[in-house]
Amino acid sequence: MNYSDFFQMIPEASLVAILIILFVADFVSANTEERKWFNPLACVLMLVNTIVCLLPMEAVTAFGGMYVTSTAVNVMKAILSLGTFIVVLQSRVWAAKSGKEGEFYMLIVSTLLGMNMMMSAGNFLMFFLGLEMASVPMACAIAFDKYRNNSAEAAAKFIITATFSSGVMLYGISFIYAAYGTMYFSDIAASLQATPLTVMGLVFFFSGLGFKISLVPFHFWTADTYQGAPTTVTGYLSVISKGAAAFTLLSILFHVFGGMIAYWHVLMMIVIALSITIANLFAIRQSELKRFMAFSSISQAGYIMLATLGNDWNTSIASLSYYVLIYVVANMAVFTIISVVEQNNGGKTEISDYDGFYKTNPRLSFLMTLAMFSLGGIPPFAGMFSKFFVFMAGVKGADITTTEGAWIYGILFVALINTVISLYYYLQIVKAMYINHSDNPMPTFKSDCNTKFALAICTTGIVLFGVCSFVYEWIAAAV
Amino acid sequence: MIPVEYFFVLSGLLFFIGVFGFVTRRNLVAMLISVELVLNSVDLNFAAFNRMLYPDGFEGMFFTIFSIGVSAAESAVALAIIINVYRHLHSDQVNSIENMKL
Repeated sequence: MNYSDFFQMIPEASLVAILIILFVADFVSANTEERKWFNPLACVLMLVNTIVCLLPMEAVTAFGGMYVTSTAVNVMKAILSLGTFIVVLQSRVWAAKSGKEGEFYMLIVSTLLGMNMMMSAGNFLMFFLGLEMASVPMACAIAFDKYRNNSAEAAAKFIITATFSSGVMLYGISFIYAAYGTMYFSDIAASLQATPLTVMGLVFFFSGLGFKISLVPFHFWTADTYQGAPTTVTGYLSVISKGAAAFTLLSILFHVFGGMIAYWHVLMMIVIALSITIANLFAIRQSELKRFMAFSSISQAGYIMLATLGNDWNTSIASLSYYVLIYVVANMAVFTIISVVEQNNGGKTEISDYDGFYKTNPRLSFLMTLAMFSLGGIPPFAGMFSKFFVFMAGVKGADITTTEGAWIYGILFVALINTVISLYYYLQIVKAMYINHSDNPMPTFKSDCNTKFALAICTTGIVLFGVCSFVYEWIAAAV
Repeated sequence: MIPVEYFFVLSGLLFFIGVFGFVTRRNLVAMLISVELVLNSVDLNFAAFNRMLYPDGFEGMFFTIFSIGVSAAESAVALAIIINVYRHLHSDQVNSIENMKL
């Protein structure tokens, strides 16, 4: 084995270094009372990691094809690292109160490490290890509020479904191994044939990843887990984990099962239409904000996966990465606000608690409105552009005169109608804050500087990433 | 030599017994055991396919070893979480963990 290969895994090496630094810092200062420097340390380290990921890197193949990167993977790693930076930034007060800051940041960083491994896998074994490296620490992070019933409940639901789904996925991978005798993506792609065994393998494999992205037939854990998990972790779970899994699914569908595009197009069309529609209908009747955001994230996952309906790898991956970037800033803005409201008002997360929020906290409610507009896709904000690009990627290469092309246009039409439905429920939050009257609205409070900084980054993203076209051009040029 | 189809049938049976147990059992530990059955069927598949169909390499065997290790780690975390649930609710039945509903 050539140990110099390790030096080619720059984003992963940087994350491992961060893990070690955090571990040593936590270990050394374990008995000190005041640890005000701990969160800034973690923030600076994550910021450095983001910058490292942004440095121009070449596509490498290491460890005999086990580890493969491309410029597209590097862009996605940078986006996820930025998201993790925001999560770490906004988690200061909550993490300090839990008394286990060190563990929390280490769990988050090791989850990110697993996702990076998963995204740059070139072999099913590596992919599986990355996936598990991401989901096991994730379960620990969900169970982080040890003394709260809901947190334990959410973690139990998450870990049981996660192990089950990875079992189903492995069963699919074993079929593919039986058919081709290799687990390298490139070798499988070279000799891919649509035999019944491979189709079975594809379906089982897809259902495993579908659990991670929480697409509709596999979404039952999502609502409970999102509601029960600590708000910071919910934010992380809804954007970073989902983005990484969506990216991996798209790249495996194109690069491994590219020859069977007719088969998985049908699969994706059914799953996307179901995800968007059912999640929207359920979201309308929610009264708890985190649960509401869970259903909203299921429908957003459907929109993300619209990118798979195209047949051009470059536009699909560029639009997916762009969508995830916008989703990171918009969703993190919402979860930061939920988290700060929860901390200052004794854990209030019902939508009706936000009645009259504008009167007491006008700035926060304005930022929440911007984020909701972006999630709903109202024009000047970034959310509209990201939706536009995935729709565009979805119809790429679709010919409306053929049956399949007509179906793709049909699915896009369903997605379009659902955008209108989603506007209804996103605006309900806005209505609660601005119009609904409340006899005792939440008192005015001041958030700490970290939260302000996180919200500033998110708002800048929501407002500027759409209007400044160079963001999309940068992503599109990199892939 | 035993033909590969026999292994396939055996692992298929194990897999679906696991899925059936996962769906019908109302006890968290029993559900975890069912998931382990699913994972065991996968391990059996990989080992058998490697030995019978592609005896030149060891990819399937390696996958089996990694899968056993990872599933052990996962069960450890899952058991810890189930113990935590038990401490909160004094029960490990699925019916008892439904604080959060629509």
